[in-house]
Amino acid sequence: MMTNPITDQKPVMLRVMEKKTENTGFATLFFEYSLPFRPGRFIMVWIPGLDEKPYTISLHDQDRFAVTIEAKGIFSKKALTLEKGDLIGIRGPFGNGFEIKPGQSAAVVAGGCGMAPLATLADHLPDITTFIHGARSKEFILFPGRFSVPREFCTDDGSLGHKGLVTDLLEKNIVLGKHFDMVYACGPEIMMYKVFELCETHGIPCQVSLERYMRCGFGVCGACVCGKQVVCKDGPVFHSRDLRKMKDFNTKALLKSGKEVDLSQYFSWRCQ
Amino acid sequence: MSIRFLHKILKNPTVLASGILGNSKDILERVHENGCGLMTLKSIGPEPRDGHKNPTVIDLGCGMINAVGLPSPGYLNMENEWEALENRNFPIIASVYGSSIDEYRKVAEYVSSKKPDFIEINISCPNSEKHGMIFGINRESSRDVVSAVKKVISVPLIVKLTPQAPDIADIARTCEDAGADAICAINTLGPGMVIDIESKRPVLSFKKGGLSGPMIKPVAVRCVFDIYKAVSIPIIGLGGITTGEDAVEMVMAGASLVGIGTAVRYRGIEVFQKVAGEMDDWLADHALSLTDIKGAAHNE
Repeated sequence: MMTNPITDQKPVMLRVMEKKTENTGFATLFFEYSLPFRPGRFIMVWIPGLDEKPYTISLHDQDRFAVTIEAKGIFSKKALTLEKGDLIGIRGPFGNGFEIKPGQSAAVVAGGCGMAPLATLADHLPDITTFIHGARSKEFILFPGRFSVPREFCTDDGSLGHKGLVTDLLEKNIVLGKHFDMVYACGPEIMMYKVFELCETHGIPCQVSLERYMRCGFGVCGACVCGKQVVCKDGPVFHSRDLRKMKDFNTKALLKSGKEVDLSQYFSWRCQ
Repeated sequence: MSIRFLHKILKNPTVLASGILGNSKDILERVHENGCGLMTLKSIGPEPRDGHKNPTVIDLGCGMINAVGLPSPGYLNMENEWEALENRNFPIIASVYGSSIDEYRKVAEYVSSKKPDFIEINISCPNSEKHGMIFGINRESSRDVVSAVKKVISVPLIVKLTPQAPDIADIARTCEDAGADAICAINTLGPGMVIDIESKRPVLSFKKGGLSGPMIKPVAVRCVFDIYKAVSIPIIGLGGITTGEDAVEMVMAGASLVGIGTAVRYRGIEVFQKVAGEMDDWLADHALSLTDIKGAAHNE
């Protein structure tokens, strides 16, 4: 099939080239297509007749890209029933992506499926000195064996690595005297907030990737506003200098109706 | 380029169109800081409403098609938002919709008590089964909804019209007679449809959606031209305004203020100061003022 170029305008249907089951509840869909891309940007994935949702790119090279999906709601469960050859709509990429400076010594901190956007970052970053990955338990660790830099693991139940939080490991590294020019983090918002706080305490800049309910993807409809920022357009990656001014970070988000609620209420809706 | 609009002095004639970035005080403040003269909140409805599933907003290059479907927390569930807006240092229009005259009235009455600078009634949304446009295509229902709302609010009333009305000038005149203080035209054009030919499905989940942006500008200019001839109340002209020259054209058709929405997609939030600046430059180059050019296209 001849494919029209994928743009940030109307979606283009692509065939699933390969589906790889990752681990409990996760699968990665691969597409044969050369997508202009920077780590941290995202695409809108459309299942006709069902819905359209933003997903980060979890793998990207010259002639293919992939999204990694966790079976959570109606949309993601349906997405994971797709097989090789099935069609799915894609538009994008959208958003700003991570700011990367060569020669910087970086820490990468991933929580759960927050690993997905950081995976492409890790592939592109030559100077990761510390790579931390936390998950509920051993079975939820994504992409084993993928990275050249070894990861420090932590789990909620202690089934792999440190029993506790990613911030415990990050703090230990800092206290032991490791120097970081930049910390990159993605995971639950409370985790990113804790990483941000820790970085502020130690004077280290960080970048985190936020999530809000999105519609247009290009900064017009206002569904995903967070303080004065529009997450789909100004973000999803925000630097410490933005986060300091962002009073809704780790506090508020809008529901689909536009109703402003506490983050806990927002995430209990998002996880339905 | 400060300008008087009804009882308010605005820093320039640009207006943030309803449905664009109007979700919170913080983002409205940013739009204001980026040069916008008057900001419209996202339409407020009688009940909590999620709007349609995605895709809801698609860029077509020549403009957008959207059927967001009037999401709203519901007028009784916005106390935090109102509280925040109480201490604003910028003027706002509160946009209101309903599915019956009674709903328009009760939402507008409540919203009026929160003291927005203006209330706009959206009688022109093409993206919901039973709200909006159905009122704005008919003279009697336009008159009834305007006079019902006018009686219960204490701020000036703007009526937002649809280009689908068989005679938009006639509807505008009817609204003026019923007590409207200003007209806002036009809402999105259509509804239209875009079908993905590989999946054989309409791209929008609602299937149909309103068109906006550069592709509809000639229709918007014509509507404002027709309305200007028919009414003496001021007009907010919008539909495809992307540059200062577009804005000048709209003012020449008869608009007092110019709404901007889809252009945020093409020129960013800074579009307001850009358009206002470009209007200034054009006027300076031609040694003209806004007053000189308002309705200028009507001169024989």
